[in-house]
Amino acid sequence: MKSVIAENLVKTYRKGAVRALDNLNLDVEEGTVLGVLGPNGAGKTTTVRVLSTLLEPDSGRAVVGGIDVIKHPKEVRQIIGLSGQYAAVDETLTGWDNLVMFGQLYHLNRDQARIRATELLEQFSLSDAAHRPIKTFSGGMRRRLDLAASLIIRPKVLFLDEPTTGLDPRGRMEMWEVIEDLVREGVTLLLTTQYLEEADQLADDIVVIDRGRVIAHGTSDHLKDQVGGERLEVVVAESDLAKAQSLIEAVAHGKATVDHGIRKISAPILDGTQSLIAVIRELDAAGIHALDLALKRPSLDDVFISLTGHVAEEEVVLDATKKKRGRK
Amino acid sequence: MRTMSSLNGVRDALVITKRQLMQLTRVPEVLIFSTIQPVMFVLLFRYVFGGLGAGIKGGYVQLLMPGIFVQTVAFTLAATAQGLAQDMEKGLIDRFRSLPIARSAVVVGRTLGDGLLNIVVLFVMGVAGFIVGWRPTSGPLHIFLGFLMLLIFGYALSWVGILAGLISKDARVVANVTFLFIFPLTFLSSAFASTTSMPKALQYFAEWNPVSTMVAAARQLFGFHNTFGVTAHSFPSEHPLVTSIIYMVLIMAIFIPLSVRRYQNTNNI
Repeated sequence: MKSVIAENLVKTYRKGAVRALDNLNLDVEEGTVLGVLGPNGAGKTTTVRVLSTLLEPDSGRAVVGGIDVIKHPKEVRQIIGLSGQYAAVDETLTGWDNLVMFGQLYHLNRDQARIRATELLEQFSLSDAAHRPIKTFSGGMRRRLDLAASLIIRPKVLFLDEPTTGLDPRGRMEMWEVIEDLVREGVTLLLTTQYLEEADQLADDIVVIDRGRVIAHGTSDHLKDQVGGERLEVVVAESDLAKAQSLIEAVAHGKATVDHGIRKISAPILDGTQSLIAVIRELDAAGIHALDLALKRPSLDDVFISLTGHVAEEEVVLDATKKKRGRK
Repeated sequence: MRTMSSLNGVRDALVITKRQLMQLTRVPEVLIFSTIQPVMFVLLFRYVFGGLGAGIKGGYVQLLMPGIFVQTVAFTLAATAQGLAQDMEKGLIDRFRSLPIARSAVVVGRTLGDGLLNIVVLFVMGVAGFIVGWRPTSGPLHIFLGFLMLLIFGYALSWVGILAGLISKDARVVANVTFLFIFPLTFLSSAFASTTSMPKALQYFAEWNPVSTMVAAARQLFGFHNTFGVTAHSFPSEHPLVTSIIYMVLIMAIFIPLSVRRYQNTNNI
């Protein structure tokens, strides 16, 4: 059964000048995780806002947990949890106060709300900080509390909009662990992210979106194959460039490209470390000294360039405004 | 079923109000500064402009206090707008909108919270006024009605603040803009001085200004002859109580539905 269905969603801003969603289609099988991957401005947040009843689309259909989102938003709100890009909790209040308040807004009585708050603080390793104002929390703790607030009613469908954006590596790892636990418990999850690695780690299925449309759909292996897998990058002295290029091409899976400015040779390879060792041997045998040598896994940028033929250029500007917003 | 859901709506709003009161206990500075400023105004006006009261029975302070009361509750508009805009900025409004609660709960809850804060502020100001010589003469019932009217006036104006807060995207900007709007409005009135010395056009404005009618109504309810009031014998200056009630009803009838609708359709990307 599909827990989330989006059909031909269209959302425009500024009288049609900006098409935030442009016939977007996706679905999430019950009990699975869908990663929605794309750069800033691709339409990830708009998708989540439509599916979580915050935004009405211009046209199209959205169904969550079997309920029509546009016709019955209130019923949908009873079964979903939403956690956004920045921690949407009251910063002057404590973690405990926040969870009890949200519990009461989900119509738990006071005792139920308190019991649930205690459980959630325990589950997210926040018990020690429960009675501190959120202001004093680290970024990772805030996100965990925000996630906890979205789980008060044990939602059937959970939406996480860039749950780790802006977190340091440690905060990101902690968040991943928490999300993996939830997934094991069987929640249906739609997660947006800018990081291929994150989608890889958490999602069963991935859709890549760009300019409001789904441009690729599949498992992470499937997508990586589409991108062309790993690349080998070697930097050598100017005089060795031509020779090194032919040596590398003999091992690589396709033509190498050469950037003369930084004397870098880049070539697609198939069997990662094996090819790396082969290239090192060949270079060594030919007496070529490699100044730098790296195995590069496909990044979201690579997925993008290969799928769309363009770089995600809006990223920088939008990222700056978002950071400003998140900081307040 | 219908009564159940409207009962839930009230409960939801009260949870939001409670949140605001908890904020006051966590950040007591807010409460302290929202009372210090009006008390400072009482003292400044009382002792700087006290001389204006020559010929007023009981002195200037008798007319001044209702003026400052009205000004203070009118400033609620800016506070409400700023508080709501802050919640929008932080994404808290998005979270509230994703919850299965009544659509009016968040905005009703906030206006109630700001109203409750006004009770505290008016009480402190009343005490300060009493200390510097303010003596209402109308008896307990009328004094009570006077304060009740002041509270409702502030409540009505805070709905204007709700709409401003929802439309704005920046809390600091909306606080400044609403203050720039409400501050002159409280002075282009009979709150602090007689309107007769103003240019003719301003006199008309001042007489129809809801701040003036509310000030005149409060003076009446506290038992003072409003010598700063009537100039051109307009309807508002002759019937301040009725006019004030009409204004409050009008403001709420316009701004409550607009605000609730705006809240439902908030599309901040």
